[in-house]
Amino acid sequence: MSGAGDPSLDHPDVVLCPGGPMLLRGDHVVEDEDGNEHRTWRPVSAVCRCGASAVKPWCDGTHKVLRKRTT
Amino acid sequence: MLMPESRGSLSEAVFRAMRTGETSGLAEAPPSDTAEDAQVTLWALYEQHYRGFEDVAGELEWDPQLIGVRRGLEQEFERTLRDRMPEVPEPDGFAEKFFDFVADHDGPSLAAHVHRKATEDQVHELLRHRTIYHLKEADHTTWVIPRLSDRVKAAVMELQFDEYGGGDPNLLHAHLFVRGLQDSGLNPEYGAYINEAPLEVLEENNAMSLFGLNRRLRAASLGFLAAFEATSSAPSRLMAQGLKRLGFPESMIEYYTEHVEADAVHEQLAVRTICGALLEEEPELHDDVYFGAFSALDLADRYAERMLTRWAA
Repeated sequence: MSGAGDPSLDHPDVVLCPGGPMLLRGDHVVEDEDGNEHRTWRPVSAVCRCGASAVKPWCDGTHKVLRKRTT
Repeated sequence: MLMPESRGSLSEAVFRAMRTGETSGLAEAPPSDTAEDAQVTLWALYEQHYRGFEDVAGELEWDPQLIGVRRGLEQEFERTLRDRMPEVPEPDGFAEKFFDFVADHDGPSLAAHVHRKATEDQVHELLRHRTIYHLKEADHTTWVIPRLSDRVKAAVMELQFDEYGGGDPNLLHAHLFVRGLQDSGLNPEYGAYINEAPLEVLEENNAMSLFGLNRRLRAASLGFLAAFEATSSAPSRLMAQGLKRLGFPESMIEYYTEHVEADAVHEQLAVRTICGALLEEEPELHDDVYFGAFSALDLADRYAERMLTRWAA
């Protein structure tokens, strides 16, 4: 339940950050590439999408290093 | 906490007035001798709005004479910070330009030094200096909350709730640092190391309070937050690895590993849902977001330069 009609107040459960992680709001269980399950516990969690994080399935900001190298 | 030691003529006069409550003579207070004298005075005046001092009466928080001294020091400090500003990016495509601005800012890295070379004594010194901020971590941003629209306010709360442990004091970031200090044999008492804090630490903390306590600088406060979060994850990992190398207790390491993950979330929130949303509503605040952001980056550099020079690293 979000937004209540005003588009500027949209509050989606999943946000894909351009060139960055996927933000998850609320409680979720994320299964990683090895089949291990990780439960979210923060108000918002960031899931790695670049594949280079050292703390997968969570984001550790490494996508910024990759981005800098390719630009 | 007791009042800090004075560091010059101005802090001596102001601190005496604060302890005795005799503030009427402050209109004729001497000018500051040095930047450090001015900054420690400003720091103590700001501290009255946080936890305060056991040896200063609570009524003095809003004493007109003390507020007058604070205003003078704030104006001078804000001018100094603004004079340091470089050109800022164009306002279009804010989030990507902001991340680029932060990524392109090259400064000396204390975390890289801790990672590979720092001695235990050097890290102890660093942690003592870090207590000045980490024991009230995130509090300066909380000042801004009532000054924001519903949308931006909720976005700041989403981040702050995580800083404050989601309501669990054991997970509150400042408290994780308390536990790390205790286990590392350092004094976790709030303000215990203020007399050791060098100019650059005072400036960094005062900039946070300056932006947090002045409504007109709300965008600078949120820009400071965004740059601070966007330069935290990778250095926090280096800090954690350095602390492990030196055999620091798990709780101190955990403080930094927590920030690897937390700040990878917070940087997205701070840049996109907080500063991005603020600028959609009030585009004229664009340059102030960068004022805060650059101040965060530059003040961290200044501290790193001082310590790396001091340690001949």
